[in-house]
Amino acid sequence: MREITYRQALNEALAEELERDPNVFLMGEEVAEYQGAYKVSHGLLQRFGPRRIIDTPISENGFAGLGVGAAMVGLRPIIEFMTFSFSLVAFDQVVNNAPNMFTMSGGQFNIPITFRGPNGPAHQLGATHSHATENFYASVPGLKVCTPATPRDAKGLLKTAVRDDNPVLVLEAELLYSSKGMVEPPDEELLIPLGKADVKREGGDVSIICYAQTVPLALKVASQLEEEDISAEVVDLRSIKPLDEKAIFDSVEKTHRVVIVEQDHPFCGVGAEVCYRIQKNIFDALDAPVLRVSQEDVPMPYNERLERAVLPNADKIMAAVKKVCYA
Amino acid sequence: MTAMQPGEQRDEVEMLSLMLLIRRFEERASQQYQAQKIGGFCHLYIGQEAVVAGAVAAVRDDDYIITAYRDHAHALARGTSANACIAELFGKETGCSRGLGGSMHFFDRKNHMYGGHAIVGAHVPLAVGMAFATKYRAEDRVTLCFFGDGAINQGAFHEALNLAALFKLPIVFICENNLFAMGTSVKRSTSLKQIVDGMNFREVRDKIAEIVDSIRKEPHPAFLEVRTYRYRGHSMSDPASYRTKEELEKYRLDDPITRLRAQLTREGKLTNEQFDMLDKSAKETVLAAVKFAEKSPEPPLDKLYDYTYADGAIAAAVPPAGSDESAADTTATAGKRR
Repeated sequence: MREITYRQALNEALAEELERDPNVFLMGEEVAEYQGAYKVSHGLLQRFGPRRIIDTPISENGFAGLGVGAAMVGLRPIIEFMTFSFSLVAFDQVVNNAPNMFTMSGGQFNIPITFRGPNGPAHQLGATHSHATENFYASVPGLKVCTPATPRDAKGLLKTAVRDDNPVLVLEAELLYSSKGMVEPPDEELLIPLGKADVKREGGDVSIICYAQTVPLALKVASQLEEEDISAEVVDLRSIKPLDEKAIFDSVEKTHRVVIVEQDHPFCGVGAEVCYRIQKNIFDALDAPVLRVSQEDVPMPYNERLERAVLPNADKIMAAVKKVCYA
Repeated sequence: MTAMQPGEQRDEVEMLSLMLLIRRFEERASQQYQAQKIGGFCHLYIGQEAVVAGAVAAVRDDDYIITAYRDHAHALARGTSANACIAELFGKETGCSRGLGGSMHFFDRKNHMYGGHAIVGAHVPLAVGMAFATKYRAEDRVTLCFFGDGAINQGAFHEALNLAALFKLPIVFICENNLFAMGTSVKRSTSLKQIVDGMNFREVRDKIAEIVDSIRKEPHPAFLEVRTYRYRGHSMSDPASYRTKEELEKYRLDDPITRLRAQLTREGKLTNEQFDMLDKSAKETVLAAVKFAEKSPEPPLDKLYDYTYADGAIAAAVPPAGSDESAADTTATAGKRR
C-alpha cells in the first residue's frame, strides 16, 4: 500500500482500463490537451494519444449521446462531465437513452458506458454548479450509481464501472480530489464491486450511514463522539444503486440507532430510501426514529455563511446522533 | 432480402416489392390500431416509402441504420420480418423488441437496425456515436441517420452535426422532410431548400449511393434533405386537419410506388401481372404476420426484471424495492390494455 490522492487514484484507474481494453476511450470537455479541468486525466493524452483521449466542444447532450451510440456498437466509453451539474444538459441522454435502450430493444442493446465527474456542492459555486445528482439518477431503473469517498474506493469503483455492461455513474467528490489515502500498488489489480458498502469505522451505539463528501465529515464527528462516550459506527454506502441493504441492516441490528447523512436534498433524497428499507425490514431493531441530515431544501446560496447553513455539518450530525441516543 | 455484394445494385423490382410491403404493412397496422390491437402511439410511413427503399438500395447490409419513431418501414427495409414487426405492435414476446419497445422502438441488431427512437432529435447523437465507433475501429461502414424535418430544430441535432463535422465521421444525415413537424408546416418552422425528390426511388438511391461512395473513400459527414410527403396524420390520433384535401391529392398523383412501377413498366422490366402478384404477396405476408402475432404469447410477467440490467446485477445483489405488493401482482393490474 502507498498513499496517493483521490485524483491520482482516479487517474490510475483510467490509465489501467485504457491500457487493458482497446475499446475504452475517454471523452469530455478539456480532458485531453488541458489535462482535465480537475487534472484527473493528467498525462493520458500523452500516453494514449488523441484517438482515445478526446476533447469535445461544450455539448454535453451531444457527446453524452455520442457515447451511448458508440456503446451500442461495442465500444466502452468513459464520458467525463466537467461537473455533474452540467450533466443536466445531457439529462435526456443519461436518463432517456442510456438506461432505456436495453429494455426497449428487448435485451439486444446493453450500454456499457461510464459517466464520471465531480458531483455535489463544492465551495461557493452558487445554485447552478452545486447539484448533488445522486438521488435523481438513482431513481432511474437501468442506471447504477456509485459515490466513492476515498482514493482506494475511487480507483476500485471506477475500474469496476468501466468493466460493467450497464451505464454506471461514478459521482466523484469535488472537495476530495486532493485528499489522500492508502491504495494498493499499481501492479495489484484493485476492483471494488458495485453494491458493497464499507464500514469505515466500527462502533456499537449508533450507525451513521453516509457516502461521498459526508464520509470524512461523519468520521470526524465519530471521533468527537468518542470523547462523550458514544461509540459511532460509520457505514459508507459507496454505491447508491445497487444499495447494500445487508451492510445497512447488519450495522443497525448492532447499534439500534441510525443517523443518515447525505449530501443531496431531503425531499425524495437517498436517505428517504435507506430509511424506508430499514423500517420495512428491521423495524423491531430500532430503538429510536431514524434521523436524516441532508442539505436544506433550498437552491444553494452563494453567500458563504448561508452555504454552510444549507450543507450537512458536524454540529447537525452531532445533534442528530444525540437525539437518537437520547443523550 | 438477399445479401448484396459490394458494387452490386439491388434489383429494382425487389425494391418495388419492398415498397409495396411497407405500404400494405402500414395499412394493416392502421386497421389493427383502429381495432384496438395496437396500443400507444402509432406513426405511419405511407407516402414516404421511396426514401427508405432508395436508401437501403444504396448501402451494404452491414452499414448502420438508425431512425426516429416513424420506424416500421426502416425495420422492414433492413429485413426484419413482418411477423416480428406486427408482433411488436401487438406487444408480443415474438416482437422485434420482445414487446417491450412498441411501435416507436423497433430494434434489430442482427440486421443492423439500431432503432426506433422516440424523443425527437435525441437519436442523432447516438448515430454520431455509431459512426465514431466505426472510425475508431477503422471500418469502412457508413451510418445512415434518418430523422424528420421537426428534429432539425432540436439542440441535440445541432450538437451532433457539429461533432460529426469536427471528428469527420462517416455518416449521412437524412432529413425525411414530409413538410409537417406533427401539425406545424415546415414553412412555419424552418428555412430549407429542396435537394432530393423523395417520391422518386431512383433519385434517392443514386444520390445516397454517390454520397456513401465518397464517404467510404474518405470519412466525412454529409447532410441530405429528402422532400417527401406522408399521406396520413402525424400519428393515428391525428386527423391532419392542418392541410387540404387538394394538397394531399396533389401528392397522391406523385405516389412513389406508382412512379417506380411506371418506370419499370415503361422499360419492359415489369408487367401488370407481375405487379399484381407482388402486391398480392405483400398483402398475404402482412395478413400472415397478423395471424402470427395474434397467436404469439405475451412477454411473461416473471421476466419483468430481466431486461433492466444486462447482468441482472441489481436483482442479484438486492431484490428491487418496487412496490410493497409483489411486482407480478401490480403489473398485472397496471398492464391491462385500455
